[in-house]
Amino acid sequence: MSKMRYSRRMVLKGGVATVAATALPAPMVWAQDIKNITLRQFGTGVSNLNDVAKKVKEDLGFTLEMTALDSDSVTQRAATQPDSFDIADIEYWICKKVWPTGNLQAMDTSKIKNYDKIVGIFRSGKLTPESVIAQGTAPHSVGFVDGPDGTSFAKEETGWMTLIPTIYNADTLGIRPDLIGRPIESWAELLNPEFKGKASILDISSIGIMDMAMVCEAMGEIKYADKGNMTREEIDKTIGIFTEAKKAGQFRAFWKTFDESVNLMASGEVVIQSMWSPAITAVKSRGIPCVYQPLKEGYRSWGGGIGLSKSLTGLPLDAAYEYINWYLSGWVGGYLMRQGYYSAVPETSKEFMTADEWGYWFEGKAATGDITSPTGDKLAGAGDTRDGGDFYERMGRVACWNAVMDENQYMVRKWNEFIAA
Amino acid sequence: MSEGVSEAVAPKAAWRPGNDLTGWLQAAPLTLILLAFLLAPIAMIVVVSFWGATEFSIYPDFQFDNYAFLFGSEVTYRVFLATFKYAFITWAFTLAIGFTVAYFLAFHIRSQPIQIALFLVCTIPFWTSNIIRMISWIPFLGRNGIANQTLIDWGLIDQPLEWLLYSDFSVILAFVHLYTLFMVVPIFNTMVRIDRALLEAARDNGASGLQTLVHVILPLTKPGIMIGTIFVVTLVMGDFITVRFMSGSQRANVGRLISNDIGLLQYPSAAATAVVLLLTVLIVIGILLRFVNIRKEL
Repeated sequence: MSKMRYSRRMVLKGGVATVAATALPAPMVWAQDIKNITLRQFGTGVSNLNDVAKKVKEDLGFTLEMTALDSDSVTQRAATQPDSFDIADIEYWICKKVWPTGNLQAMDTSKIKNYDKIVGIFRSGKLTPESVIAQGTAPHSVGFVDGPDGTSFAKEETGWMTLIPTIYNADTLGIRPDLIGRPIESWAELLNPEFKGKASILDISSIGIMDMAMVCEAMGEIKYADKGNMTREEIDKTIGIFTEAKKAGQFRAFWKTFDESVNLMASGEVVIQSMWSPAITAVKSRGIPCVYQPLKEGYRSWGGGIGLSKSLTGLPLDAAYEYINWYLSGWVGGYLMRQGYYSAVPETSKEFMTADEWGYWFEGKAATGDITSPTGDKLAGAGDTRDGGDFYERMGRVACWNAVMDENQYMVRKWNEFIAA
Repeated sequence: MSEGVSEAVAPKAAWRPGNDLTGWLQAAPLTLILLAFLLAPIAMIVVVSFWGATEFSIYPDFQFDNYAFLFGSEVTYRVFLATFKYAFITWAFTLAIGFTVAYFLAFHIRSQPIQIALFLVCTIPFWTSNIIRMISWIPFLGRNGIANQTLIDWGLIDQPLEWLLYSDFSVILAFVHLYTLFMVVPIFNTMVRIDRALLEAARDNGASGLQTLVHVILPLTKPGIMIGTIFVVTLVMGDFITVRFMSGSQRANVGRLISNDIGLLQYPSAAATAVVLLLTVLIVIGILLRFVNIRKEL
């Protein structure tokens, strides 16, 4: 099988592998074999884009089948049906749950061309050498294992990665500046009685509890040892505070889907709520002012990556590595960054973005012309700047990562009670 | 009693192998369908309700944990109470509206073509999907919605009414809107079959309009009312999506407990809740049927 790998490189990297290829069979073998390969990828909607599958067919020749599911189903499938997929596009906290089942295989970083250029968050855990690592399931803490068959996560870079990082962002509260009319600086404002009946939080327990924790800590009510791994007492207290607020009529509604969050904000039912970056864009594109407000306590962040199924071997495995290398080579990164997410290897993405796009999305500079999404919708005009500033300003102020707690089942039950209260 | 005896004896007397086989064959399709699509799934739900669950899988077991947690939580009782509350209030409104509409159609419209035309008019909202009819209330009732804007324009209120949307009010409004037709149809159906001679007789005997309504029409439409009641009560008690959308996820009924559990892959716990809900609804229907013997009166 290894000869295939060399000939493949010849096809895909041209000159680089020519030397190796001269000693090996013609590249045609690979070129024909690869067309018959189909890799089955599944994951959440954010990065499961048909445009990516199309581009893979164009650039690499093989077929990528995409299935988009919600994060609960993704977790379940990765954990229980290892033969139903080749590539899992999952979040890091899901990886923490799924890795112990042994359904994924560690990846050899020496085969990842741009490994050295991957941002520090996913390797040492530090964005810059002086960064403090945030609470929760920080990606690097579940990003490495000891060896190809490692079952427990390693503390530092080992050369064997669980997920190859692909997409990540920093989340905060969305606000309607026109209806609030004063600066908002803290997560605590979500429960400020001033916004009684005009606040909302998302009804997805694993993320909602983190937003709650950010609020409770900002209010000075609770000091968490680790917001990403609360004790039962901390869960009780956090949910207690929010249940009280709910009974007092603080919340207008809870939202579960992206569209609901957009409608609540756009219609003015809600003026402050947990929100996701593209939802802010969707509200703005209707001509309604909406700000992804940076807050002094920092952001709640999340990251996703692709993992390989244990049952992937031989030629398809080689194709998967090729796919990963292609993924990090810039085209996808540029595509994702133009939606407001970040790419794991920003410098390669830069080549696939205009100087203005790069300045707006990454460097936090004012746009010089119209900024459009990959699908052509106008997102910002000349003079606009991105909420929160440049990449280092935003990702450098992460307070916690999406996480899965040891007390997850208890938390879920408590969450159900909160919704029913 | 005598009926039961004669039934038990009769087949024995007329026993012939061919006859028996034909009977079995004739009953088989329905029996098989009911077994496969009704009894088997319910049996499965009951079985799974005793299973255990980890975060992402379920495993066969025989434990009472799911039920213990369900009955041990104060939230369960509150949610069941809320479910009954929704069912009862919705029932009262749909009955009042449904009965009035059916009465008007059956007794005030003399021409049959117009009767049928008006009856079809009632079904027009059903040409669109349930969800759309429900969601279209949201912009109407919202803080800056048509209802509030109109009331402010008329000078009736200064501030938008907050309770119009994402409240018990909006949930029940949507239920009544969605399910009134289920009350109209069976009541109308029984009303048109009332012998007009009975109404004339009541009148001839000096009964007032109200007395005719209460003592003649109402008792004779009881089967229709009961069928409508069963429709509305079971639909409301089993609903989860109306409650979720119209309350902005702020309120809960039993259906939402089940759907939350399913979303979090807690199938055994969802199954246990479903079993309890099923029994509750069966008991409610059992009680309803004590009032009216539908079969006899149809």
